[in-house]
Amino acid sequence: MDEIWGQIFQIGFFAALLRIATPLILASLGEMFAERAGVLNLGIEGIMLLSAMTGFSTAYFTGSLWLGLAAAMATGAAMGVLMGVLTVTLGLSQHVSGIGVTMLCTGFAFFFYRLIFGQPGTPPAITAFTTVPLPLLSDLPFIGPVLFDQFALVYLALVAVPVAAFVLYRTPWGLSLRAVGENPRAADSAGIGVAATRYQALMLSGALMGAAGAFLTMAQFNAFTFGVISGRGWVCIALVVFGQWSPWKCALGALVFALIDTLQLRLQASNAIDVPYQVFLMLPFVLTIVAMALVSRNARAPAALLTPFRKEER
Amino acid sequence: MIRLRLEQRAATPVWFYAALPLAAVLATLVLCAGLIVLAGGNVFEAYGKLFLSPVASRFALVETAVKAAPLIFTGLAVAIAFRAKFWNIGGEGQLLVGAMAAAFIGGRTSLPDLSLIPLMILAGALAGAAWAMVPALLRTRFKVDEVVVSLLLNFIVFYAMMALLDGVWKDPLSGYPDSPDIRDEAGFPTLVARTRLHLGVALAFLAVPVVHIVMRHTTLGFAIRATGENTTAAAYAGFPVGRVTLATAALSGAMAGLAGVGEVGGLHYQVMAGISPGYGYTGIVIAMLAGLNPLGVLPAAFFFAVVITGAEAMSRATGIPVYLADVIQGTALITMLIALLFTRYRLRFRGAAHG
Repeated sequence: MDEIWGQIFQIGFFAALLRIATPLILASLGEMFAERAGVLNLGIEGIMLLSAMTGFSTAYFTGSLWLGLAAAMATGAAMGVLMGVLTVTLGLSQHVSGIGVTMLCTGFAFFFYRLIFGQPGTPPAITAFTTVPLPLLSDLPFIGPVLFDQFALVYLALVAVPVAAFVLYRTPWGLSLRAVGENPRAADSAGIGVAATRYQALMLSGALMGAAGAFLTMAQFNAFTFGVISGRGWVCIALVVFGQWSPWKCALGALVFALIDTLQLRLQASNAIDVPYQVFLMLPFVLTIVAMALVSRNARAPAALLTPFRKEER
Repeated sequence: MIRLRLEQRAATPVWFYAALPLAAVLATLVLCAGLIVLAGGNVFEAYGKLFLSPVASRFALVETAVKAAPLIFTGLAVAIAFRAKFWNIGGEGQLLVGAMAAAFIGGRTSLPDLSLIPLMILAGALAGAAWAMVPALLRTRFKVDEVVVSLLLNFIVFYAMMALLDGVWKDPLSGYPDSPDIRDEAGFPTLVARTRLHLGVALAFLAVPVVHIVMRHTTLGFAIRATGENTTAAAYAGFPVGRVTLATAALSGAMAGLAGVGEVGGLHYQVMAGISPGYGYTGIVIAMLAGLNPLGVLPAAFFFAVVITGAEAMSRATGIPVYLADVIQGTALITMLIALLFTRYRLRFRGAAHG
């Protein structure tokens, strides 16, 4: 048994762990921003899927991965605006609006993918992002190959965590964002545009989800498949609860989740344990629920989460 | 400059509740017509195929009714839950456990022949109810958001089912990940000879008035509606809100479970990976379009049965991707949500100078 663990916990394991964590970090940071502003963005699963599709298609036709990433983030931001129209301007149920956005985005992603690419025997592929070894740093033993020989988007996700924390806790905009999520009436009295702030948060939220989707089709895999997101978006919503709406803790949660997922992949590949592989696929979802049950009792969500704000109503 | 303003209504005209779903469907069709044009299709030809082919013949009509059966059940499941503001998004998983329970009773027991069908129905409903109790218990005991839990449970039950189908339940004859057929005696009788109109379809149609009566004329129904309208007031009035939530979840899950029973007992006679192409999620759109009214679920489910079955005929004839049906579902959910706004508000146009 020791031998198996030795085989599993190698440098490749930790490098893979970071790659699996990257979309989770990006999307859960996105979700965190939306919820901090008072809007539960349940469109996440669909937004990630549609962005993964638009990012992939753009990269396929322009040959530029960076244009693809930009397209994916723009798609996400646009869907954030749609969430804003439904929940901020119209004040509709955030739960049902989010499900609606997810269903719409899923439909769009499938419809347009089929429209663009038809039904080819083998799915069209792109040359995906390759790893970018950072000079000198990547030569460090162990840490080098794990941390400093990664995809550009992995670096981006790792940098995004402190940046998100800085923006949230140390900038005037972050202060407005938190005020709008905790007490929109007071924020409004203080001259903060509640609706505008929520729209901005939702656009940022969507853009980050878009980047997460793009990572999956343009770095992790090099093609778009209908099941490319397969629940990762929903897991990110749980990660935000687990991370208690803090960027650092959300990222930590993403790493823990990625650890389980990576372990599951390795155990499956090693054939060391005679358990159906589906049990391993199921495991992250089971553990997410258990973690939520343990954390939720003490979790304190932004006070105005789920409540629309109308200036004229009291 | 003209400004649009939303003003609260004092009362909502009754005819609104019938007109709004129609308006939402109309708006959806207009919006999706843009996609048909984009795909190079003729809107009238495409919609003609989509909406006429599922009702054009007796055979097609029966097939549409068969397709509507699971949608009626999942629509009822969501309508019940959402009425109590219990956001059960787990209909898909509850359907799957119902299907598995039915397949177990019908294919893996040596129960007497005559008891098979009633026991399949009972077991499927109970399995669905039990599975829906998980998010309900987590919500009432641990204050965990039921939306995320019920969603995650869909994935858990799907992988559990695939593990079964790939392992112990694998059909030795086909070698595919699907279960062996249930016993002949467990297959639902057909209502009309030489058609697929099976007992499950009748049960679905029967469930509509039953759920309506439960919601309208029983204490439980009243408690469910009171809890949904104002939880604090309901608790103050002495309703055991926690227990009402559990009962709501059980009733909702039982309906979704029955959707799975019908598919196994009357249609596929086995469980396989694609047993539900997202019926649980379509149920959300159906329930919303029905205004969470059980009686409205019937026409709404039939509408989506037409859309889903008609999409393939449309795609074959025009080359427009069959996924137009998915876009229609998402758009209909959003337009209906917006339409519901007009039960509470009216639009006022006024000049900026006055406003």
